[in-house]
Amino acid sequence: MGIFAMPSLGADMEAGKLAEWLVKPGDKVKRGDIVAVVETQKGAIEIEIFEEGTIRELKAEIGQELPVGAPLAVVLAEGEAPPPDTAPPTPEPVAAPAPTAPAPKPASAAAPAPPAPSPVAPPPGTVAASPAARVRAHELGVDLSTVTGSGPGGVIVLQDVEGAAPSAPRPPATKPAGSPMEEMRKAIAAAMTRSKQTIPHVYLTQTMDIQSATDWLAARNADRPPTERILLGAVLVRAAAIAASRVKVLNGHFADGAFRPAEAVNPGVAVALRGGGLVAPALMNAAGMSLAETMAGMRDLVTRARAGRLRSSEMTMGTITISSLGETGAEAMSGIIFPPQVALVGIGAPQTRPWVVGGQVVPRTVITVTVSADHRVADGRVTAKYLAEFEDLVSDPEAL
Amino acid sequence: MTDEDIRAVYLAELANVAPDIDPDTVGPNDHLQDDLELDSMDVLNFVTALHEKLGVDIPEADYPSIATLEKAVPYLASKMG
Repeated sequence: MGIFAMPSLGADMEAGKLAEWLVKPGDKVKRGDIVAVVETQKGAIEIEIFEEGTIRELKAEIGQELPVGAPLAVVLAEGEAPPPDTAPPTPEPVAAPAPTAPAPKPASAAAPAPPAPSPVAPPPGTVAASPAARVRAHELGVDLSTVTGSGPGGVIVLQDVEGAAPSAPRPPATKPAGSPMEEMRKAIAAAMTRSKQTIPHVYLTQTMDIQSATDWLAARNADRPPTERILLGAVLVRAAAIAASRVKVLNGHFADGAFRPAEAVNPGVAVALRGGGLVAPALMNAAGMSLAETMAGMRDLVTRARAGRLRSSEMTMGTITISSLGETGAEAMSGIIFPPQVALVGIGAPQTRPWVVGGQVVPRTVITVTVSADHRVADGRVTAKYLAEFEDLVSDPEAL
Repeated sequence: MTDEDIRAVYLAELANVAPDIDPDTVGPNDHLQDDLELDSMDVLNFVTALHEKLGVDIPEADYPSIATLEKAVPYLASKMG
């Protein structure tokens, strides 16, 4: 029997609000099914499940604000018998409190006290702690056995963990104080601050001639209807994805003190949301796509990012981030790595510059590409190799 | 189709691509990218919509001709000719 918990949808997520259930008890689910919709600071995200079985019980109600790790549903594996205690599940308050939820006030004299939830005694030798508390303890490096629990039955809750790590920054209050956009800015600020404080960034920059790519695109798009046109952005993402498949040390995740290279290349494509804010959903398995497929995939991602209909896998399975400043604007950007990834490719807007071609100075369209790399994983040499691969790829767009 | 009809289609499709834009507030010289903050993907979606609604072909080289309402109406009218 498995517990399906509120997933972390990125380093900048603390909690989510359950907006919709797409399954009910008795429904069969398989890997990749969308089972719920959760409102986050980055919009509504469709939550996928990654196990097979039958939904036994829904443990969270629509409208509830739940911390990462809070139980959402109980799932019985294929062929697993329901537990002997088959009494219909009574709706019970979810055990894990929201990070800043005040302790329940004693009921007033007039109202009968609600029955206290009877916490299940933990097996001897284990520490009783809420999922959110476990996650936070892991993040902060707090040993749970040294923490005194203040929850029901002495269960360790989130506040206890944070109290035990006084130097740790407290997460921002989860009660929305401002507009969704302010909340998103706060979430981005928290994640980027954490990234800069924990990841030693190293930056390598190269300016490269992309005239052949822009000329090729202009000629290719000239006699095609708009639905078949390809943007420069797709050429750049395609080149970035192939380069990441060749320089594997920049493609993956750093977690628990070690780098794990990813087999697939799922570039997170930074999408600016209108009115401010940024989200970087992953273009899944981009290394195996054609250029036209890359373009179609990006169009779909941008559309769904703006509409607030991204999927949880797209929020969590990115392996490297590509952030492009677009077709007009500043010429270079040194970006901040999105943990647990280890690299971000920042691409400035194309500029017309004097350039030396065959011994002559001629005007050419150039871009400046800056790779931010996690120095715990990659050094300057391997990062330079990535830039060389990227330049080589964009110089021959037909081969993409 | 009158200029007024073309203007209405332009504003309606703009609002589809960028729902936060209030068509009533779009001025004749507001630039799609510089003022209304459409990015290249938005512009492509906008061109796609105009292509479908008006049946006009708008090659990339002509994108500057639809960058503002004031330029776009005569341009689209001539293409529909």
